[in-house]
Amino acid sequence: MPQISELAVGDSIGSTEIAVDRATFVRYAGASGDFNPIHWDEKFATSVGLPSVIGHGMWTMGAAVSLVGEWVGDPGRVVEYGVRFSAPVVVEYDSATPLAVTGTIKKIDGDRVTVELTATQGGTKVLSRALATVDLSER
Amino acid sequence: MPVNPEVEGRTYPKIPTYVVSRVKVAEFAAAVGAKDPVHTDVEHARSLGYSDVVAPPTFAVIVAQQAEAAAITDPEAGIDFSRLVHGEEGFTHHRPLVAGDEITAATTVDRVRSAGGHSMVTLKTAITTTEGDPVCDVNCVVVIRGEA
Repeated sequence: MPQISELAVGDSIGSTEIAVDRATFVRYAGASGDFNPIHWDEKFATSVGLPSVIGHGMWTMGAAVSLVGEWVGDPGRVVEYGVRFSAPVVVEYDSATPLAVTGTIKKIDGDRVTVELTATQGGTKVLSRALATVDLSER
Repeated sequence: MPVNPEVEGRTYPKIPTYVVSRVKVAEFAAAVGAKDPVHTDVEHARSLGYSDVVAPPTFAVIVAQQAEAAAITDPEAGIDFSRLVHGEEGFTHHRPLVAGDEITAATTVDRVRSAGGHSMVTLKTAITTTEGDPVCDVNCVVVIRGEA
């Protein structure tokens, strides 16, 4: 677990790239219970004006915060996490662009450290105001 | 058709008890690419002080969305599901969810407003243990796109 005394606002917590394909969203649909066909049925997705199948925003939110859990070494330490969905993750049939995630320390308040996450797909920001706060107190 | 602002303040009934299972936690973690062993390895989770495997930070959405469904399908709200997109989501965890937890959830319509021809509906869902202890507060904003 990171030591608070060694952290500073502006520090990077690292970055990761997460591959996506149609199966990713079929799997997330099953795991989450959100079977909206815009996430797995291209014919339906394009019929309602979408460019292709799009990922669940909640998948993107869940995938992005894994970087924070790995940095802390205990995802159970995430006490606050909020995002705005600014653009969909578009999932082409056989050439989907991966999700790129980076994180930077935004605030340190006692034992609580807030990380701002940046999640982009092919240069498009898919989350905004993505802030995750972890509790690094002794237990 | 805009969402009926008169549903603001309405709280819907609690969902039936949801039991967090090891299998579902592992399945959800795999789906979002969360590889930390705390989600799948009971001994590792116990070594960190948890009673069982820990759910990923967004796992609570499974339960929240079950509770939110009552608001979204309330005929008096007039929400057109086919025009609904997810705007914002936020979790405040009072403690992590772990396998074995028996929880429930109830959704309140916090705010209904119109912006640029769209309706924005803020839903607040309180997830508690079946005894009523707070577990997670979920804030969800859905946008119902207006007719172009």
